[in-house]
Amino acid sequence: MSQSYNRGLIEDFGRWKEFSAGMWAWIFHKFTGWMLIGYLFTHIAVLSSALTGPEAYTNTIQGLESLFIIRVLEVGLLAVAVFHILNGLRLLMVDLGIGLDTQDKSFYASLVLTAIITVASVPTFMDGVTI
Amino acid sequence: MSTQQQKPNTQETPEDPEMKGAESPQQERLKEKESDMVDETSVDESELEGDTVLIKVFRYDPEVADKQEPRFDDFHVPFKKGMTVLDAVMYARDTYDSSLTFRHSCRQAVCGSDAFFVNGKQRLGCKTQISELEHPVRIEPLPHQEVVKDLVVDMDHFYDQMHTVEPYFQNEDTPDASDLEEQRQTRENREKVKMSTRCIWCGACMSSCNIAAGDNEYLGPAAINKAYRFAMDNREGEEIKEHRLRILEQEHGVWRCQTQFSCTEVCPKDIPLTEHIQELKREAVKKNLKFW
Ligand code: HEM
Ligand code: SF4
Ligand code: FES
Repeated sequence: MSQSYNRGLIEDFGRWKEFSAGMWAWIFHKFTGWMLIGYLFTHIAVLSSALTGPEAYTNTIQGLESLFIIRVLEVGLLAVAVFHILNGLRLLMVDLGIGLDTQDKSFYASLVLTAIITVASVPTFMDGVTI
Repeated sequence: MSTQQQKPNTQETPEDPEMKGAESPQQERLKEKESDMVDETSVDESELEGDTVLIKVFRYDPEVADKQEPRFDDFHVPFKKGMTVLDAVMYARDTYDSSLTFRHSCRQAVCGSDAFFVNGKQRLGCKTQISELEHPVRIEPLPHQEVVKDLVVDMDHFYDQMHTVEPYFQNEDTPDASDLEEQRQTRENREKVKMSTRCIWCGACMSSCNIAAGDNEYLGPAAINKAYRFAMDNREGEEIKEHRLRILEQEHGVWRCQTQFSCTEVCPKDIPLTEHIQELKREAVKKNLKFW
């Protein structure tokens, strides 16, 4: 195989307006996957406050949950997780060779479902917090 | 190397054919052709409004001083019903600027030489109707391949990848020709490989692939589809199929595909490329799975 030229990536993402469904699905899946990994670390950090004792853990949780920004981030986390799971299922179908002709529609369906679930979760996440 | 990053500065080409200097027989013919065109359009003028299309064509030539900086040239081309992108650039070349360079041959989506980047998508010039595009029509060379001149890109790397998968029928024990025996393929098997046989080596798929752009060694959709065409053909033996799968399951083979569907979207021959790549992934897994 030849190694004739080094082709750059930059120009591709400069053309984001021209991306089609499959490409957006790929970008969102990467993004959400890595966001979930990132959350995992903060999650472990919060949980490990329990090592200091039950009080410390309760204080940490209560302190965080009283913050408006944390509630907003939780809604975001849910959106990211839901999209990753739904699109992950779509990708599993694609791997099995099922519904390849409608892959764009299943991507839009993932987006719509994610939006609905996220909106529906807002009252729960925002319960009892003041700005 | 990418040529798309530079900011092109638009430049109007002289539309006056008189500026072309001495008249050769060829040029005379071209002038005639042009006056024909002008006549036709003036006839139609009463019914047709806005009967010209503006095409913006990428220009670059490392050997000409004022074309070393990539730019776009504007051409106003008279529109005719049924006109393709290839027709438009041919008109521009024949009428306005004979140095405008691009490959074309069959004009019927068979030879695969005129894949361009039209309005942000890889398309076959001769198979793309001007009437289906947004105007002005922007015509560029295929991304991710070195530009040789104007719309001409270097296809060597693409061909290398195609040859890596040994794109030819391999079967040692063919029936004896002197007995006039035929090597039969079932109808079902023919249907299975039918779409994959339609590839015209235009390179549109490879150019559209984000993974191929980042990984120069990735075989790419066209080469994998080519391998599919033979691996799935049941006239080839099990052994050679295994050999083909060994090529495909290498690091830069089928597993690079991230199912972005870009290739399937642009293929002018409507080959379900992603589907074929996915099927080969499953074949590769099946070949390697052992339950003991
Ligand atoms: C039911 C839950 C989940 C499903 C169905 C799922 C599905 C998938 C699938 C199919 C892929 C492969 C995408 C490809 O083909 O390129 C993937 C990638 C990935 N997932 Fe998930 N996933 C789930 C949960 C998670 C969680 C909880 C995390 C994080 C802790 C996560 C992090 C990632 C990452 C980092 C990638 C790789 C992204 C990349 O290619 O760079 N996933 N997921
Ligand atoms: S698979 Fe389609 S897009 Fe790719 S080279 Fe063949 S005809 Fe062109
Ligand atoms: S000119 Fe042959 S494919 Fe377009």
